[in-house]
Amino acid sequence: MNAPFRTAAGGRHDRGRPVSFSFDGKTYQGFAGDTLASALLANGVCLMGRSFKYHRPRGVIAAGSDEPNALVSVQRDAARYAPNLRATQVELYEGLSSESQNRWPSLAFDVGSVNNLASPFIPAGFYYKTFMWPRKAWDRFYEPNIRAAAGLGRSPTEADPDRYLNRYAHCEVLVVGGGPAGLAAALAAAQGGGRVILADEQTELGGSLLSATDATIDGKPSDDWLAETLASLAALPNVTLLKRATAFGYFAHNMIGVTERLTDHLAAPNAATPRERLWNIRAKQVVLAAGSIERPLVFPDNDRPGILLADAARTYLNRYGVKPGKRVVVATGHDGAYRAALDLHRAGVEIAAIADLRPNPTGPLVEAARAAGLPIRPACAITGTSGGLRVITARLSPIKGAGQVGPAQIVPCDAVLMSGGFTPSVHLFSQSRGKLRWDQDLLTYLPDQSAEQERSAGACRGRFGLAEALADGFAAGAAASGAEVSRTFAVEALEGDPRGVIGALPHDRGVNAKAFVDWQNDVTTKDLKLAVREGFQSIEHIKRYTTTGMATDQGKTSNLNALGVVADVLHKPIPEVGLTTFRMPYTPVTFGALAGLARGDLFDPVRATPIHDWAAEQGAVFEDVSLWKRARYFPRGSEDMEAAVRRECVSVRAGCGIFDASTLGKIEVVGPDAAEFMNRMYVNAWTKLGVGKCRYGVLCREDGFVTDDGVVGRIAKDRFHVTTTTGGAPRVLGMMEDYLQTEWPDLNVWLTSTTEQWAVIALQGPNARRILEGLVEGIDLSPEALPHMSLAEGRIRGVPTRLFRVSFSGELGFEINVAADHGRAVWEAVWAAGQPHGLTPYGTETMHVLRAEKGFIIVGQETDGTATPDDVGLTWAVGKAKPDFVGKRSLARPAMSEPDRKQLVGLYTDDGAVVLEEGAQIVATAGQTPPMRLIGHVTSSYYSAVLGRSIALAMVSGGRARLGESLYSPSPVGDIPVKVVPTVFYDPEGARVNG
Amino acid sequence: MLLITCPYCGPRPELEFSHGGEAHIARPEKPSELSIEDWTQYLYLRANPKGLHAERWRHLHGCARFFNALRDTTTDQFVATYKAGEPRPTGGAA
Amino acid sequence: MDKTLAPNAARGALDGFTAAPALGLAAACPMTRFVLRGRAEALAAAEAELGFLLPRQACRAASLDGRHALWLGPDEWLILAPLADGPALGEALEAAMGAHPHSLVEISQRQTAIVISGPRATGLLNVGCPLDLDLAAFPVGMCTRTVFAKAEIGLWRRAPDSFHIEVWRSFSPYVWRFLEAAGAEYA
Repeated sequence: MNAPFRTAAGGRHDRGRPVSFSFDGKTYQGFAGDTLASALLANGVCLMGRSFKYHRPRGVIAAGSDEPNALVSVQRDAARYAPNLRATQVELYEGLSSESQNRWPSLAFDVGSVNNLASPFIPAGFYYKTFMWPRKAWDRFYEPNIRAAAGLGRSPTEADPDRYLNRYAHCEVLVVGGGPAGLAAALAAAQGGGRVILADEQTELGGSLLSATDATIDGKPSDDWLAETLASLAALPNVTLLKRATAFGYFAHNMIGVTERLTDHLAAPNAATPRERLWNIRAKQVVLAAGSIERPLVFPDNDRPGILLADAARTYLNRYGVKPGKRVVVATGHDGAYRAALDLHRAGVEIAAIADLRPNPTGPLVEAARAAGLPIRPACAITGTSGGLRVITARLSPIKGAGQVGPAQIVPCDAVLMSGGFTPSVHLFSQSRGKLRWDQDLLTYLPDQSAEQERSAGACRGRFGLAEALADGFAAGAAASGAEVSRTFAVEALEGDPRGVIGALPHDRGVNAKAFVDWQNDVTTKDLKLAVREGFQSIEHIKRYTTTGMATDQGKTSNLNALGVVADVLHKPIPEVGLTTFRMPYTPVTFGALAGLARGDLFDPVRATPIHDWAAEQGAVFEDVSLWKRARYFPRGSEDMEAAVRRECVSVRAGCGIFDASTLGKIEVVGPDAAEFMNRMYVNAWTKLGVGKCRYGVLCREDGFVTDDGVVGRIAKDRFHVTTTTGGAPRVLGMMEDYLQTEWPDLNVWLTSTTEQWAVIALQGPNARRILEGLVEGIDLSPEALPHMSLAEGRIRGVPTRLFRVSFSGELGFEINVAADHGRAVWEAVWAAGQPHGLTPYGTETMHVLRAEKGFIIVGQETDGTATPDDVGLTWAVGKAKPDFVGKRSLARPAMSEPDRKQLVGLYTDDGAVVLEEGAQIVATAGQTPPMRLIGHVTSSYYSAVLGRSIALAMVSGGRARLGESLYSPSPVGDIPVKVVPTVFYDPEGARVNG
Repeated sequence: MLLITCPYCGPRPELEFSHGGEAHIARPEKPSELSIEDWTQYLYLRANPKGLHAERWRHLHGCARFFNALRDTTTDQFVATYKAGEPRPTGGAA
Repeated sequence: MDKTLAPNAARGALDGFTAAPALGLAAACPMTRFVLRGRAEALAAAEAELGFLLPRQACRAASLDGRHALWLGPDEWLILAPLADGPALGEALEAAMGAHPHSLVEISQRQTAIVISGPRATGLLNVGCPLDLDLAAFPVGMCTRTVFAKAEIGLWRRAPDSFHIEVWRSFSPYVWRFLEAAGAEYA
């Protein structure tokens, strides 16, 4: 197998399982256990992406989720196309197909890289400054082109076919991070007996131990210790280990969002297995053992492929058996790079130089490097590199003090390792609103005061050494679980000085040298300095102006260096410059994981009435009303809605119609104080409403505006059957409960929703009584016994019913309430009985026309939350003698009786064939140009078949005083003349309601 | 997601609750006798404190009871929850 | 014309939904349901009629001879009884409570019930339900209203691995299908 950078032995990958994969159309070989990045590096492929803004060639600099450069797309099929994956996290599987991004036509030859040549002209803020003039060019030219050039990756074009699951989970201790500190924390926490969940983003648990070679713990090689520890944790019934599981967000009160990737690493996933599972974990205590992120060095040309973080190089070597190069220059301000240099040296990689910024590097790691004969250059800065698609030389310059460097030397190499030290990963801690403090010794921010039940442990709070991370983790796990345990870990490992460097390195390359701070967002020291020169002082502003630390990267590798550069230019200490807020998610989360099962048919509950299936069988067209499906109309043959509605309307008024009113909200108000409660809630007076009688009730909010309405029947002295609008049912019940529980808890009355207990069948039309006559038992349907606005209890076809004699159409009408399970059978019985009488099913559209012909309002259509009962002509319903009701005091405010308030009126268009648009404005005079004086708007507008012309309801300023006036409704085809008429268009005497 | 301690049911996830605005604003006994200023005060004017806030919650998808809570609006931490009708607990800044 | 509908004319909200044994999912049989509210005297009278005490501890159920009282709120109980008890139970309770302030409302068909049992029950429920269903946190006999995805449910643990879910009838197909979808990999 021809993988020139693969070591002969070592690594955790499975050399017995070769895997072939493709990158940008070319096929390569790797091993099971490789990441895409490690396999490409093994094959000598250094170039993995183009940078965001300048399209500069980029390779990997990291080995984990902190990778800012190597963003790739992985495609399984047309619909399964995942952009912006970090090659360092993509696990190889047989046949994996991947491609680079942000390049055209190819990665090696990218037309967009002219941006790099043009870079002197596109500094930070370039877009804000340049594309401002002419204004019109923004919409037509600048924005479309910028959008086309911007962004990373592309979106898949087909719906995501994969399955995603969410789940809630609870535990006593959640440990985030499966490195030494996290494992030790889990070991301790498990002994508390409570449930412990340990989540780690990597494919294996172990963190830095996965890259370790020479450390021993408790006398065992760290590999063995890791395997034993994982086995013992896995055997504990109270411990759940989650790998490939990223804790991406720390939400209020210890709710942590974790995405677990279940199938992305499989060549042929089972279709039933979810691709990802999003865990919403509520933890009593959280231990953050998130580790640390190695800091790049900021020097000119630091972004060439082949330049990578020193510890990442060590991971590639030790974990994946991949050498980052054959002749390597190490540039460092931190001891950790020596560990990498030593490991590479032992693997046969030539160390060309170790350029150490520090004048007198000392300590066990440095001594070991010296002993191995590695060429250490103290007080030496890397000041440049060369190479096209891969680094070929490094430029090393002696430091002369005070930011000055001496004559440079060019050192040939094929890789550069860099290290500025390690930045504790405080992302989740910061998301939890914990307070950070600046540590001047470690030159980093560390967790200080927790805001949640949380503690950090290990490297994420500056305890970098293996021994102290284990001890710290164990102590944190014990404290989190309350377990009275103690344990010491005997560690043998070379430990270095934890201190490193931040900010830009000195150099002699002039102002135009590109020293990158933020690789992902293409931000250089020059951009940061420019932002400061242009007056930005706050790091939050500088972040937004330069985009440093933004987007999916969230400043993992860049934040501290950016702060260092800015502090230097501002001549301020870093704590005074501050720190930007870390945003969730820690790494990108798929939309699928967030949505879970809530898509397609399960996006929302779909509520159907007991009669729904009958309507569907009859070919009804449905509309959504809140979560309900309601039959809108019942087309016959080739009828469109207009034709169907005209026929349905005429049929109801000529014979009889049947309508499913089951969705109406229903509340049973029961108790000795029921009438008193109704008096206080509704504007109407209820005391004198007799048992067996109904009344149209109007409900206002405390501000005096109509919020709901409906017919209320008195079933017994202490029992009311209250109906509400379909959409208002939960709101009205909530409002009633609010007053009852918090203002009038002494009232002996209780509320129960009965919306779904009853199926409601409305029978409207002159033949309604004839149809019912043969069906009911124990109910006298005669007008004397059951007049309009009354109710009776009895049976219909043997089924107990509450039969209301009410009308929302102006015709003789009944509403049959039966228990829901019997709804369809009773409906069908009525339907059968109605056949000789021309019974016609009708839907909500016809219901709306019929009620508009009668001037009946729909709350939420005629009213908009600013209409009083008087505004919509309901003064008659208000119980004026009542001392109080909800909204009464507000109705007495002077503004509520201003004569120019909008009032409900009818409108006739001069041309009866013209149907106004609902929502259209009303003006007093024709021919106005904007801004017009608007005096009202159309709330309902229909063609009335029975009247042979259009009708409309409108809210018009001072409308009732304008009866007979001519007004206009401006429209795209000109002003439509209308006349103000009474709101009742049909049967103004109200005779038809009596049959 | 907040974890809210219902005075009846104990700690429950925020999904089960609805927020009900500022607490301890009693509806006047006789609204009709109130001046327009006093009525406006009752109807519209609310404190919007930075820090501890007494507010109403309803355990809508639970016991369905309204209750009151002291929550720090800067940290979202609850200091106390208590039944409707009970006085605001002492301790904590106003 | 025959005055009465056939007894089998009734149609439940989950009729036609086939039990999913692999998931332990089944529709419960129809039953009689009341919501009982009231002051102390009425509650005592109701208890005398039922023959057992209404649970006063929050979120607990009490049962006797196939009748159950589930605590829903500090003065609110859901009474479950066999379908055959029906109106007679309501009449008896009304008679017992008499003039003592109370509210008894039949809601037998407002809601329906789903039973989920077996080793996967808590895992499937936690796909949509945010409560801690560990036996220590949600013991046998505990009942409460809560949420399941975008629906409100009443959740009652009748055995360590068996839950009774009360759900409003129009939401029941949604809850059923959501549970099915949650367990698709096991079906």
